[in-house]
Amino acid sequence: MNSVILRTAARVLLPLLVIFSIILLLRGHNVPGGGFVGGLLVASAVVLYAMAEGPRKARAIMRIDLQVLIGIGLLIGLAAGLIGVAAGEPFMAGLWFEFPAPGLGEIKVGTPLLFDIGVYVTVLAVCLHMILSLAEDA
Amino acid sequence: MDLLVASPILLHLTAGLLCVVAWKSVPAQRVISIVAALLGPLVAGLLLVTVHNSGPQTAALAGWPAPYGIVLVGDAVSVIMVALVAVVGLAVVVYAMGALDKPRERAGYHPLIHLLLTAVNGAFLSGDVFNMYVWFEVMLLASFVLITLGGTRGQLEGAIKYVTLNLLSSVLFLSAIGLLYGIVGTLNLADIAVKLPLVDAPGLKAVIAMLFLVAFGIKAALFPFFFWLPASYHTPPPAIIAVFAGVLTKVGIYSILRVFTLCFPQQLAEFADVFVWIAGFTMVVGVLGAAAQFEMRRILAFHSVSQVGYMFMGIAIAGVCLAQLAIDPAGDEQTGVLRQAAVVAVAGTMIFMLHHGVVKMNLFFISGIVMKLRGTAELKHLGDLYRTHPMLSLLFMVTAMSLAGIPVLSGFWAKLVLVRAGLDAGAWWLVGAALFVGSLTLFSMVKIWAEAFWKTTPADADKALAAHDESQGGPVPGVEPRAGQGANLTLMTIPAAALTVLAVAMGVGIAPIYRAAERAGEAVMNPDQYIEAVLDAEYLERLDEHRAALGLPPRRGGATVVAEADPTPSPEDPS
Repeated sequence: MNSVILRTAARVLLPLLVIFSIILLLRGHNVPGGGFVGGLLVASAVVLYAMAEGPRKARAIMRIDLQVLIGIGLLIGLAAGLIGVAAGEPFMAGLWFEFPAPGLGEIKVGTPLLFDIGVYVTVLAVCLHMILSLAEDA
Repeated sequence: MDLLVASPILLHLTAGLLCVVAWKSVPAQRVISIVAALLGPLVAGLLLVTVHNSGPQTAALAGWPAPYGIVLVGDAVSVIMVALVAVVGLAVVVYAMGALDKPRERAGYHPLIHLLLTAVNGAFLSGDVFNMYVWFEVMLLASFVLITLGGTRGQLEGAIKYVTLNLLSSVLFLSAIGLLYGIVGTLNLADIAVKLPLVDAPGLKAVIAMLFLVAFGIKAALFPFFFWLPASYHTPPPAIIAVFAGVLTKVGIYSILRVFTLCFPQQLAEFADVFVWIAGFTMVVGVLGAAAQFEMRRILAFHSVSQVGYMFMGIAIAGVCLAQLAIDPAGDEQTGVLRQAAVVAVAGTMIFMLHHGVVKMNLFFISGIVMKLRGTAELKHLGDLYRTHPMLSLLFMVTAMSLAGIPVLSGFWAKLVLVRAGLDAGAWWLVGAALFVGSLTLFSMVKIWAEAFWKTTPADADKALAAHDESQGGPVPGVEPRAGQGANLTLMTIPAAALTVLAVAMGVGIAPIYRAAERAGEAVMNPDQYIEAVLDAEYLERLDEHRAALGLPPRRGGATVVAEADPTPSPEDPS
C-alpha cells in the first residue's frame, strides 16, 4: 500500500507498540497481559509496518531469521524449566530472585517471567512468519 | 531421580529445538540429531535399570504433588516402551542420513523427528490422562508434517486420510476425558483408578470405556478403524514411515493397556468378548489385505494392521481371564492359573511390541534400500536381488522369517507367549486365528522373497518403470531419487544390519526380555504398586476410609480387579 500517511504513522507507531507490548509482558504476571498478548502486539506492529513498506522490509527490520527465532523462543521456555532443575528443584519449578533496583525498591524476578518471555518470542515469531509468508506469496 | 523420568522427553525436546535454531545448517542439525539419538538408549537404559531396582519412578512437575499437579510416571510397562523408542530413534536417524533426499532434510526432517520422539515418550510416561491427550496432539502435529514432507501428490492424499481419522480419534478421546472428569473430578490416572469404583454409574462408565477403546483403536489401527494406515503408510519415504511403523501404532496399544487395566478393569472383563473379536478380525483382515498387495511397502503396511491384532490379543486374553475370575472369584486352583495367564498375556503384548517395532521398521528400511537400488518397490518390476545383492537378501530373509515367527527368532517367542496365555485362558478360537494368520504371514513374506529376490528380473522392467514414471507425470526431480542417486547406501545398510542382529539377539537371548515383560505384566495386573507410587500415602488412606464407609471391599491385597468385578458385595463377607 503506497500511502504517505500510513508509512509515517507506521514508523511512529512501531516503537510505541513495542514498548506497550513489553509493558503488557511485564504486568502479565499478576494482572491481564502476558507473553502471548505481548507477542501478538509486536507481531501486529510489524505487520502494520509490512503493510506500509512491504513484507520484505518487514523481514529486514527483524534482523534475525524468523524460523530461528521460533526455536530461540521455545528454548527460552525450556530454559525456564531447566533452571529449576539446576537449582535442585523439580522441572518447571518457579524460582524467585530479589534484588534492589535504584528508584524502584525491591524487584522480584522469577522463572515464570523467563517462561513468559519465551512465549512472547515464540508467538511473535510464529505469527510474523505465517503472515509474512502469506504476504510474500501474494 | 526426578529428572531421570523426564529426561527421555527433555532430551528429544532439546534436540528438536536446537535443530530449529540451526535451521539454516543441515550439517549442524545432523550432529545435534545424532548426538541426541545416541544419548537416547543411554537415558532409557538408565531409567530401565532404576525402575527395575527401585520400583516405579515418578516426577511431579514444578513440585505440585499428584493428584493436583501433572506427574510423569515410569513403571515397568512404560520404561520398556521408552527403551523401544530409543532404539527406533537411533536407527531411524542414522538411516535417514543415508536415505533422505536433501530437500526433505532441509525442510525440517530432524526437528520434526525429534518432536515426534518427544511426544511418543511423553505419551508413554504421562501419569495424567489429559496430558496424554496433549502428547497425542503433539504426535499428530509432528507426524502430519512428516507424512507430507516433500509434498508429493500421493503423500498429500495419504495425509488427508491420516489426519481426518486421527482428528476424529482426538475428538473421541477428549469427549471421553470430559465425561470421565465429570464423574470422578480428576485427571490423574492413579487417582481415577482409586476413585472410579466409588462412583455408581455403570452405564456411563461403559460409555466412557468404549469411547477410549474407539479413540485408541483408531490410533492403533484396530479393526474396523484401520483404514487410514494402509491408505497412508506407503506414500512417504521409508526413512519417515519406518519410525511410524516402529512406534506410532504402539502408542495406541499402550494407551489401551494402561487405561483399561488401571482405570477400567471391570469394563475390560465385561467387554472381553468384544476385545477378542476385534483382535481376531484385526489379525485376519490385515493379513488377507497384505496377501492381496503387490508392492513391498503396501504389503508391509497391511501387515502392520495384522500385527497390531497380535498386540491387542494379549489385552483381550487378559480381559478373558478377568471375566472368568469375576464369575468365580473363589480362591481355587483355577484362579491362580487364570491370574498367571493374564500376566503372561500382557507380557506377550509387551514382547510383541518390542519385536514388531524392531522387525517391521527393519523391513521398511530394507524396502527403502531396494527402492534406491531399483527405483521401485513394485514386485512385478523387481527380481534377481538374491544374485546381485546377497547380503541384503540375507538381511531381508532373517527379518522376514522373524516376522513370520520362525523359531529362535524374536517373532517366534512373541507368538509363543501369546498362544500359551491364550491356551491357559481357554481362548481357543483366538489362538487358532493367531496360528492361521502366522502361516499367512509366512506366505506374504515368501511372496516378497520369491518375487523381489529370487525370480529373474522381467525383461521389460526398465520400460515398465519408465511407463510408471510417465503415468505419475515423470520422476519428480530431487524428490524420489532413482537408483541410489543422492543416497548413501552404507549409512542405510548399517541400521538395517544392526536391527537384523538385534532381531536375532532378541530371539536367542529372550530370557531377560521375557522377565522384564513379565514384570510389566505383573505391574499391570497388580496396579496397587503404580497407584501407591503416584499418590501420597495419607491421601490414599483417606480415600480408603471413604471406600470402607461406602461398604465397598478394600482396595489392597492385589485383588482389586476381582473385588471390583463383583458389584454386590455382602457386608458379612468382606473378602
